[in-house]
Amino acid sequence: MRRRQAIVLLALVGLLLALYLSLYKLGLIGTLQCGTGSCEYVQTSRYAEVLGMPVAFYGVVGYAVLFVVGMAGVQPRLVTDRRVTVLLAALSSLGLAFTLYLTYIELFVLHAVCRWCVVSAVIIAAIWALSMWGVRRTD
Amino acid sequence: MKGFHTMLVAVAVVGGGALWYATQRKPAPASTRTPERGAPPSVAAADGFRGFTVGSDSAAVEVVEYSDFECPFCASFATVQMPVIHEQLIAKGKVRWRYRDFPLPTHAYSRYAALAAHCAGEQGKFWEMHDQLFFRHDWAQTGKNPRSLFRDFAKGIGLDLDRYDACMDSQRYAGRIQASVEEGDRLGVNGTPTFFVNGRRFGGHPTSDAFTALVDSLTRQRKSKP
Repeated sequence: MRRRQAIVLLALVGLLLALYLSLYKLGLIGTLQCGTGSCEYVQTSRYAEVLGMPVAFYGVVGYAVLFVVGMAGVQPRLVTDRRVTVLLAALSSLGLAFTLYLTYIELFVLHAVCRWCVVSAVIIAAIWALSMWGVRRTD
Repeated sequence: MKGFHTMLVAVAVVGGGALWYATQRKPAPASTRTPERGAPPSVAAADGFRGFTVGSDSAAVEVVEYSDFECPFCASFATVQMPVIHEQLIAKGKVRWRYRDFPLPTHAYSRYAALAAHCAGEQGKFWEMHDQLFFRHDWAQTGKNPRSLFRDFAKGIGLDLDRYDACMDSQRYAGRIQASVEEGDRLGVNGTPTFFVNGRRFGGHPTSDAFTALVDSLTRQRKSKP
C-alpha cells in the first residue's frame, strides 16, 4: 500500500515535470529554468524527438499511465491485486529502459546533461525500484 | 490514506501553479513587437532571397545549412567544425556554403538574432555578425533580452548603427526569415542544424571530417563522369 502510494506521488511529480518540458517544446515557455545545465541543448537536439514526437510527450503519457494504474492500485478493491503490481513493474521497466537510452544519448552522443532529464531519470528509477520490490514480496 | 490524498493534492496544486507561472513569464522578444507606424516596409518574403553564401560560385558542391542562432548545437558546429570546413573546403574552392534561417519556435530570441544577422548582411557583414552571435553565445544561456548586446556586436564589426537600428526596428527582413522557415518545413527540417549537400539531406554526424569525405567523394564522382 505504502509503496503504491509512493509510486503514485512520484508519477505525479514526473508527470508535472514532463508537462513542463512539453510546454517548452510547444513554445509556451520561453526558456527552461536550468541553471548551468544543458537543457535547451538537449531539448533542441535531433534526439529530443522519437518517431516524430517530442520525447517529453512520451514522458507525459508514461507518467500519466503509471499515475492512473497506481491510483487504481491503492483503491481498497485492488490493493492486494497482484496484477497491478506486475503491471506497474512492467510499465516502469519500459520507462526505465527508455530513460537509460536517453541518458546514453546525453552522455555519449550529445555530451551534455539536461538537469530535468536527470530528475526524471531518478524518478523513474525510484518507481522501478519500488515496483520491483513489490514484485519480489510474496505476502 | 487521508494524508496520502492531502499530499497528492498539495503536489498537484504546487506543481500546477509552477507550470502556470512558467507559461506566464515567457519573455516577449523585441522581434515580436509590432513595427511602429511609419516604419519602412519589411522586405517581402517573395523577394527570392536564397540565403547568405560564402565560397566560390563555381564550387562543385553546395552545402545548405538550416540553422538557429540560439541553438547550442549550431553554436558548437559553428565554432568547432566550421573553421576547419572553411579552411579545408570553402577557401580551397571545393564548397559553397549557404546559410538558411530556421529559428526554432522554442527559442525566445532566435528570430531576433536572425534579424540582426540580416541587418548586418544588408551592410555586407552577415558572416561577421554570424560569428559574433555564435562565438559569443553566452547571450543564449542567460534568457535576458539581447537587444543591447547585439547592438554592441553591430558596433564591434563596424556597422552603421543608424542603419542597423532602422533595420532592426522595422523588422525589415522578418519576411525573408519566415520564408526560410517555411522552405525548411517543406523540406522536412525538424531540428537544427540540418544540412543538405547538393540538394540531398546529410544524415551523418556533422563533423568537418564527414563533410570533407563527402565533398571529396562527390568531387571525384563529378570528375569521373564523361
